Amino acid sequence: MQRDTLVAFDGVIKRFGSFVAVQKLDFEIRKGEFLAIMGSSGCGKTTTLRMLAGLEAPSEGSIRLAGKPINDLPTWKRDTPMVWQSLALFPFLNVIENVEFALKMRGVGKTERRQRAEKWLDRMQISEFASRNVAQLSGGQRQRVALARSLVVEPEILLLDEPLSALDAALKVRMQTVLKTLQRETGITFVYVTHSQSEAFSMADRVIIMSRGKIEQIGTPQEIYRTPKTRFVADFLGSSNIFTGDVVHADAATIGLSTPSGTFRLNAAAGGAVKTGQQATITVLDTKPALSLDRPAEGRNMLRAKVIGEEFVGATATIYLETAGGQEIRVQKSHAELSDLPVDIGQELYVSWSQDDGHLVSAA
Amino acid sequence: MSDQRPDAHQRSRTIDFALKAYLLLGYAFVFAPIAASFVFSFNSDRFPSIPLGSFSMDWYRAVATDPLVWEGLRNTLLVGTVVAIISTALGFGAAYTDYRYKFFGKQAYMALALLPPTIPVVILGLAMLAFLSRVDLAGNAFAVIISHVVICAPFAMALTRLRLSQMDASLEAAAWNLGASEWAAMRHVIIPFTAPAILGALFITAAVSFDEFAVAWFVSGLNETLPVKVLGFLQGQVSPRINAIGTFVFVTSMTLVIVAQVLLTGRGAKTEKAALEEE
Repeated sequence: MQRDTLVAFDGVIKRFGSFVAVQKLDFEIRKGEFLAIMGSSGCGKTTTLRMLAGLEAPSEGSIRLAGKPINDLPTWKRDTPMVWQSLALFPFLNVIENVEFALKMRGVGKTERRQRAEKWLDRMQISEFASRNVAQLSGGQRQRVALARSLVVEPEILLLDEPLSALDAALKVRMQTVLKTLQRETGITFVYVTHSQSEAFSMADRVIIMSRGKIEQIGTPQEIYRTPKTRFVADFLGSSNIFTGDVVHADAATIGLSTPSGTFRLNAAAGGAVKTGQQATITVLDTKPALSLDRPAEGRNMLRAKVIGEEFVGATATIYLETAGGQEIRVQKSHAELSDLPVDIGQELYVSWSQDDGHLVSAA
Repeated sequence: MSDQRPDAHQRSRTIDFALKAYLLLGYAFVFAPIAASFVFSFNSDRFPSIPLGSFSMDWYRAVATDPLVWEGLRNTLLVGTVVAIISTALGFGAAYTDYRYKFFGKQAYMALALLPPTIPVVILGLAMLAFLSRVDLAGNAFAVIISHVVICAPFAMALTRLRLSQMDASLEAAAWNLGASEWAAMRHVIIPFTAPAILGALFITAAVSFDEFAVAWFVSGLNETLPVKVLGFLQGQVSPRINAIGTFVFVTSMTLVIVAQVLLTGRGAKTEKAALEEE
C-alpha cells in the first residue's frame, strides 16, 4: 500500500432494532484518496458515512481515525465535516456567516474567522455572494457554500452524502469537475456516498460497492468495471452480459461452461478456481463482443440472437439482443462499427467474443 | 394550478357576489357588537341608545381616574407578561422534546400537553381554585399566573412545533457535525430558526392571558385582573365605562395578535418568496 491509512473500519456492525443496516464492515480509507461508496438505497452506504461522521454509533466493532478509536467521540468533537444531501445550510444566516459557523463553534476570533471564510469563498468563487441570503442562491452556488462551510476548518477528511442529487444533469457534470479538482488540490480525503455509477466512477480513485449492508467489492473504477467480482456487482453496473451454467471442463488453462445460451470457454486465470460439475457464473463486458451476419471463426465463443432494440448515447450505440432461450444480450458499439451491419429489430446476428473476455464471478 | 382554480371571469358573477356578501355578513355579525361598544364608548349619553348624543371622552376620563381600574390593569399587565414568558418557555421545551426525541408514551405526553385548552374554562377554573387553595396559593397573582400558564403553554407549543416542522431535518445534525455542542446548536441554530414562532408565541400567550376571564375570576381573589374588574362593574351598574374598558382591552389584544401574525407569516412569506424566485 503506497499511502497511509486514515480511517479503518474494524468489524463494524450497525443495527436499528432488529434490522441490521450494516453487517460487519472491514475496510480502510487511505489518506488523500477520493473514495466513493456506491449502492442502491437501503444498502447501508449512508449509515456507514453517518457512523464515520459520528451521527450514528456502531453497534459493534471500532472505527479509527488517524489511528485513534473514535467510537465514543461525539460528532462535534471529530473533524469529520459532512456535505448533506439537502445541503442543510442555515437559512437564517447569510453566505459568509454560514461558512464561518464551524470556526465560530471552535472559538476562532472574529477577524480571523472572517479572513478564513473569505479565503474559502474566494476559492469556491462565491465571494460576490458573501452577504446574500442562502435562499437567494442558485443550486450550484448553494453547493459551493456547503463545500466552503465544511472545508473552512481544513479537515483531513470530507464526507459527502449524495450532494449532487438535487442538481440538473449539466450542472452535475460541472460540479463533478469542481469536486475532483478540489480534492486533488487540497489533498483532503473525500468519502463520497452516491447511488450514481457515473458520479462514482468519474471522480473516485477507489469505489466500494455495497449491497444489503455488506461490501460487494472494493477497487479502482477500472477494476470493478472490467472484472466485477460478484454477480451482484455485474448486475448493478449493468454493463456486462451474465451467463450462468455448469462447469463441463476445467484444466490449468481453460474453463468450459455449459449454459442455456451455449457452451463458452474462458481463461482459467480469470477468477477463482472451479471444478467440473460445479455451477458458475461468467460475465462478458458489453464492449467486448463482436456482431456479425456470418459465422465467426472457429475458436471464438458465439451465440445467435435477435435484435430487440437499440439505444444511442453520444458516439456509441447499445444493441439489445435476445437469444432463442430468452437471455438478453447487450453489446456496445461505435456508430462506425455498425455502419455496414443491419441492426433492424428482428435481425438475427452472431454474437461472438474471445476466450480472453470472459470472467468468472462468485454467484453470491 | 389554473385548472383546479377557475379564474375570476370563469366564475359566475352572482355566486361571486353572494360569497362576498356572505363573508361580509359573517364579519359584521362577529364585529358589530364590538363596533357598537366602540361607538358608544365615545357617546355622551348615559344609556346606549340611538340617536347618539354628542362625542365625548368622559367615560375614558372616568375610567382613567378610577384607581380600581388601574389596579386591574397593573395586575393584568404583570400577569400577562409573566405568563407569556413562562408559557412560551414551557411550550418551546415541549415542542422541542417532541421534535428531537422518540420515547415510550410520547403520544400520551403530547395529548396531555395539548389538553388544557379543550377543558371548559369553568371546570378548569373550579379545579384550579380547589387545587390552589389546598396548597395555599389561591387568591393572589401567582394563582392567576399558574392557571394562565396552564392555558397558554399549549398555544406556545403548537406554534413552536409548527415552526420546527418546517425545519430541514438535517439542520441540527449539521450544526453538531460542524463542531457545535448540543447547547451551542440550540443557541445558534434551533432558537434562531424558531425565533419568529417564539416571538409570536409571546404575543399570543400575552393576548390570551389578557383576555381570559373565567379562570382568573375563580382564582384571583383580591388581585383581580381587568376582565374580572369589568364583571364587577357590570354587576354593580351598567355604565358606559365598560364600553371604554372593552374598547381598550379589544384594541390591546388585537394589537398583540396582529403583531404575532405579522411575525409568524412575515418570516414564512419571505422564505416562500425566496424559494419562488429561485425557480
